[in-house]
Amino acid sequence: MSFAVSAQLEARLDELTTHYPVKRSASLMFLHALQEEFGHISPEAVEWTAKKLGLQPINVYELVTFYPMFRQEPLGKTHVKVCRTLSCALAGSASIRDHFCKKLGLDPHAHTPQTTPDGKFTVEFVECLAACGTAPVVLVNENLHEQVTTAKADAILAGGK
Amino acid sequence: MSATATPAPAPAAPPPVETMTVKVNGKTLQVPKTMPDWQGKPQPTTMLQAARFAGVDIPHYCYHDKLPVAGNCRMCLVEFGTPMMGPDRKPVLNEDGSPKIAKSVLPYEPGTPRGAIACASPISPGMEIYADSPATKQMREAVLESLLINHPLDCPICDQAGECKLQEYSVQHGQAGSKFVEAKVHKPKEVDLGPRIVLDDERCVLCTRCIRFTKDIAGDDALGIVNRGSYNTIAAWQEGKFDNNYTLNTVDLCPVGALTSKDFRFKMRVWFLKETKSVCTSCGTGCSITIGSREGVIHRYEPRENDAVNGPWMCDEGRLNYKWVGRADRLKDVLVRGQKSDWTTATREISAKLAAAPAGSVAIIASARQTTEELFLLKKLATKLGALTDSIAREGEGDKLLVNADKNPNSNGARLTGIAFTEFGFSLPKIADGIAKGTIRTLIVFGEDVTKHGLGADLLAKLDTLIVSEILPNATTAAATYVLPGAAHAEKRGTFVNVKGRLQKFMKAVEAPGDARAEWEFLHELVFNVTGQNGFVSIEGLFNQMAKEVPAFAGLEWAKVGDTGVNVPI
Repeated sequence: MSFAVSAQLEARLDELTTHYPVKRSASLMFLHALQEEFGHISPEAVEWTAKKLGLQPINVYELVTFYPMFRQEPLGKTHVKVCRTLSCALAGSASIRDHFCKKLGLDPHAHTPQTTPDGKFTVEFVECLAACGTAPVVLVNENLHEQVTTAKADAILAGGK
Repeated sequence: MSATATPAPAPAAPPPVETMTVKVNGKTLQVPKTMPDWQGKPQPTTMLQAARFAGVDIPHYCYHDKLPVAGNCRMCLVEFGTPMMGPDRKPVLNEDGSPKIAKSVLPYEPGTPRGAIACASPISPGMEIYADSPATKQMREAVLESLLINHPLDCPICDQAGECKLQEYSVQHGQAGSKFVEAKVHKPKEVDLGPRIVLDDERCVLCTRCIRFTKDIAGDDALGIVNRGSYNTIAAWQEGKFDNNYTLNTVDLCPVGALTSKDFRFKMRVWFLKETKSVCTSCGTGCSITIGSREGVIHRYEPRENDAVNGPWMCDEGRLNYKWVGRADRLKDVLVRGQKSDWTTATREISAKLAAAPAGSVAIIASARQTTEELFLLKKLATKLGALTDSIAREGEGDKLLVNADKNPNSNGARLTGIAFTEFGFSLPKIADGIAKGTIRTLIVFGEDVTKHGLGADLLAKLDTLIVSEILPNATTAAATYVLPGAAHAEKRGTFVNVKGRLQKFMKAVEAPGDARAEWEFLHELVFNVTGQNGFVSIEGLFNQMAKEVPAFAGLEWAKVGDTGVNVPI
């Protein structure tokens, strides 16, 4: 897939750059916007950002690898984020994630986000989703699921198929 | 200088250096308030610099005199104290009247000393630095332990072993055992950073010297740290793309075995290398170098710090330009009319011919890659023989940092000794013309292939005698009546004068192959036989004689020219 930034997005980013005293400061906003647009940050996106901001690609790549919210691989259509911070961990979020992984044929011991080969699901642990009262919680794309059980998990998976 | 000449005005007294008093390991000393930073700008003196004045070397990884200060390795942490101030803002005094010192401690835990990184902390009046106190030692041990947590401890197969700061400091400041029982983090090994550099990320201590060098000195912002926390890794944007002409300096800078030179790695243990002070011959800059050789074989060049020439750096091209010295096709034999001969025969025949040569029938073309002493001897011959002389320009590309467009290491040596005019090649057409007309019957060529510079084989064939001294065979040596095998700079002693007029001497690292000899050795025999002048059988004597005769070198003595050389007027 070739990398092409729409004129509209480019104009928005150009305007955004003017908000900062130095161009370089806009790096993170560029990366957020590009990830929103393309789903992940490809090497082309890194190079494009570097070129726009007068940087070297390594300067941008440092940021991409530092922040866990930036993805270098395309995500699945349904993005399952299982909270693993204290309340959820105590309420059994680990077994919920294991359940997701097993159902989808993913490795429950892997540390990094995993995507099914058909590109439909991505499962990963995240830190606190700020719904500790209803632990364990799972964020599926933009929807929060509370007090998730294996049955609810199955329903989530069924919804994403 | 003659006695009647006006004496030079006394140099203006340098402005007084403002100093302050500090105490290092109990020793009171005055140190300047400011010291040059990596760009030479005055900056407040740091604790590390102050300690150096006391002869105390504070261990460090990330700090480097010629790089911006990063302060990330924490190895230079030291305990320190400052004069205590009373509520009235007056110094609190001990009973004996000396100022009371408040040692720096953790604010929330006053019993625990709080160190400061000596590389980035400026000194203040009355400060006391405890570079060998128990607290300082404890901090060093802890830092080393932390740096070694994920280190693979593979010294036996590591190229840096023997010149590794991690090894050295572990011996000096570390502890014998590690308390770390968890699994080590594994990082990329054998990363192909660029055409000349291999990176082992597990050995890296993340001091960022390489990043700062390539960004701030080489001007190629190619390296960075990717990932986070204990997965931090030095990387280039794309493997194999760390490719500027100064990349190998990062190997020197790397205090550990993370960055290694593809050319040198796994070739030789560094403790076997003999180190010889020399000068790079790849361009007119003449970077000071150290030649590492073992048993007559050169294994590497490294830059030798010389602020008057190259600072601590050199270019990759010059650094790797040593392999020709050990080439198998080096000229090893004295050849007389194509037949293997010996020095006695050749010297006798050449001396007789030159002594009998009518004035003006000889011409000399000498390379500006010969040493100043050799060019001086050739000029002596030329003066006696009334010979036209010239040298050959070697132009290339220069850059802003070290590489000069003049690819001859000793162009100014050729000019100052009178072998060539400011413009090289000025007399070449005259020499060619003389040969064509038959007025020049003998040509002496040192270190150049004149067939590439307007004196083709047809012209050379018209000569009675072609005397050639060379290191490697070429079309000129093929046509020569006498081939005199010469020595590379690494195989002899001598001096070069760089483009800025810095005269530097270099020492002999390895033996010349076969019958090859340093050119000045047989030249001084020839000069004696032809002119009757003597007095320079050693390089010291020769240099000192040259200093007496060549105005630019007036007052110089071999023994007094230091390792970093002297400036001569050009």
